[in-house]
Amino acid sequence: MTQDIQELKGIASQVRRDVVRMVHGSQSGHPGGSLGCTDFLVALYFSVMKHDPSFNMDGVNEDLFFLSNGHISPVFYSVLARSGYFGVAELATFRKLDSRLQGHPTTHEHLPGIRIASGSLGQGLSVGIGAALSKKLNGDDRLVFTLHGDGELQEGQIWEAAMFAPHNRVDNLIATVDVNGQQIDGPTKVVLSLGDLHAKFAAFGWEVMEMKGNDMAAVVEGLQKAIGLSGNGKPVVILMQTDMGAGVDFMMGSHKWHGVAPNDAQLEQALNQLEESLGDY
Amino acid sequence: MTKYTYTEKKDTRSGFGAGLLEAGKRNPKVVALCADLVGSLKMQDFINAFPERFVQVGIAEANMMGIAAGLTIGGHVPFTGTFANFSTGRVYDQIRQSIAYSDKNVKICASHAGLTLGEDGATHQILEDIGMMKMLPGMTVINPCDYNQTKAATIAIAEHHGPVYLRFGRPVVPIFTPADQVFEIGKAWMVSEGTDVTIVATGHLVWEAIQAGEQLEAMGISAEIINIHTIKPFDEEAVLRSIAKTGCVVTAEEHNRLGGLGDSVAQALVKNKPAPQEYIAVNDSFGESGTPEQLMTKYGLDAKHIVAAAQKVIQRKG
Repeated sequence: MTQDIQELKGIASQVRRDVVRMVHGSQSGHPGGSLGCTDFLVALYFSVMKHDPSFNMDGVNEDLFFLSNGHISPVFYSVLARSGYFGVAELATFRKLDSRLQGHPTTHEHLPGIRIASGSLGQGLSVGIGAALSKKLNGDDRLVFTLHGDGELQEGQIWEAAMFAPHNRVDNLIATVDVNGQQIDGPTKVVLSLGDLHAKFAAFGWEVMEMKGNDMAAVVEGLQKAIGLSGNGKPVVILMQTDMGAGVDFMMGSHKWHGVAPNDAQLEQALNQLEESLGDY
Repeated sequence: MTKYTYTEKKDTRSGFGAGLLEAGKRNPKVVALCADLVGSLKMQDFINAFPERFVQVGIAEANMMGIAAGLTIGGHVPFTGTFANFSTGRVYDQIRQSIAYSDKNVKICASHAGLTLGEDGATHQILEDIGMMKMLPGMTVINPCDYNQTKAATIAIAEHHGPVYLRFGRPVVPIFTPADQVFEIGKAWMVSEGTDVTIVATGHLVWEAIQAGEQLEAMGISAEIINIHTIKPFDEEAVLRSIAKTGCVVTAEEHNRLGGLGDSVAQALVKNKPAPQEYIAVNDSFGESGTPEQLMTKYGLDAKHIVAAAQKVIQRKG
C-alpha cells in the first residue's frame, strides 16, 4: 500500500507494458480499455483497497472489486499478479490453451483474485450489489467496488441494478464507469448515445462524482473522496473520464484499438513509451 | 402394485414455502429473493420469520440473479423465487455466466412450471426450462412431485453446495409421499415394482403414472414405476436396471419432449442397451389457456395417455 503518486505511476507504467505484451503474445484481447483503466486499477489495488492476496472467495473484512467489463481482463490480470495474487510469469499464458487467464475473467479455473465470471456485459453491478448486501448481513463494514464500461450501460440489467441500489440504501458500494466514449462499432455518441449520465444516475438516487481517470493523483484523491461519501444511505457512482489506449500514443482516443492486438513493430513502439519499472514478466 | 392413497391435496409451491422456512431456521446464512411474486411463491412465512434475510427486487429478474450470485460471496445461501419462465428463459445468460460458470451456490426456485399454470397461457407456461437448465455444466436440476417431496427437496438443496434449479407448480395435487422423507439428490425413488414395462415419471406426472399403473394392473400388465425427481445428475443406473428387467419404458413429464427427462432416458439407453421408449410429453409446441386438467388432457399428459403408451411400447418389444 502506498500513497506515493510517483510510485503508483511507476507501477501503472509496468502494468501498461504487461497489457500490451500480453495482448501481443496471444495476438488477441482488448488493449484499449485496459490501458484506459490502468491508473484506476493500480490506485485501487496498490493504494485504496484493503485486500489480501492470499485470497479467499468470501473476502470477509476485505474490500472487494468486481470487473463488470470483463474484456479488459489484461489490466485486471496484470494488477492481480503485480499485487501478489499469482506469479507474474503466468501473465505469458493469457488467452492460451489450459491457462487460468482466460480471455475473460472466470472463477472456473480458480485464478486467485477473481470472484465472478464476466464478459457478457451488464451483470457486474448486480453482483456487486449482492456482495455489498452480503457484507451488511455479515456486519462487515468494508466496501465493494465495481467497474463498468460506458458502452456497457446500454445493457438493461445495469438500470435494474441502478434502480435497486438507492432504493435499498446499498451505501457500501462504489461503482465506477469508464467513460471513454468508445465502443466496438464507434463512438458511443454515434452507436447509442448514453445521454447525461450524471443526471441519469442522480435521478435514480445515486451520489454521483466525476473524476479524471488518467491522472494518478486525481484517481487516488477521487477514490478517497468516494469512500468518504459512502455509508450515507446512497450508493456512489464515479463517472471516470479516460482515454481509450491511454499511455500509448498511437492507440489513444480511438475505438479501433478496442479489441485489436499490436504487431511486432507496434509492440516495440508502445514499449518505447512505457518505463519498465518493475521488470517485465 | 404398491398402493398409494391421499387424504389431502396441496400445491408443490406451498411445499417450497414450508421448506424454505425450515431451511431458514436450520441455517442463518439462508437468504431469499423474490421478483414481485411473494404470494405466488409462498415466501411470506420466511419473510415474517426472517425479514432482514429477504430481498424484494421488484420486476427485475436479471438483477435478482446477479444479486443472488453476489450474496454467495460472504457465505450466504440465496434462494431466488419467481415463475419458471422468468427463472430460466428470461435470465439464461445471467444464470450461465454469473451463477453456473461462476460456480455460485444459488438455488433458483421456480414455480408455475409447465402447462398446469393454466389460464395465463403460453407466455407463462414454460415447457423448455428443464432442457435449458440441464444443459448448464454443474447445474443440479430437481422437479419434485408433491408437497412433501418439494418441502424435503427445498431443505436438501440448502445443504448441497452448488447451483440448483428447483422446479415446481401451481395447482393443488395429491400428497402421496411421506412427510418424514429424507430427500436424496440424484437418487431415483422406486414407487412400485413391476415386470412388464417401466414408467419413469417426474413432477406432476408421477401421480398420473401411479393411476396408470393401477389401470394397467387391472388389465394384467405389471408396471414398474420410478420417480426421477432429480433430472440432473440423472440416476441412470436405477433406470437402466429397471429397463433391463422390463424391456421397455414410458417416460412422463410436463415438458417439451425435446430436452427433458425423456431425452435423458433415451441417451442412457442408446449408450448402453437400446430398448423401445414412448414419450409422454408436450410434442414440441407451446401451451395455451385453459384449466390445468383441460390442458393436461388435451396435451396428452394424463394417466389415460400413459396407459396407451405403455400398451404401445410393450407391443414394440422384440
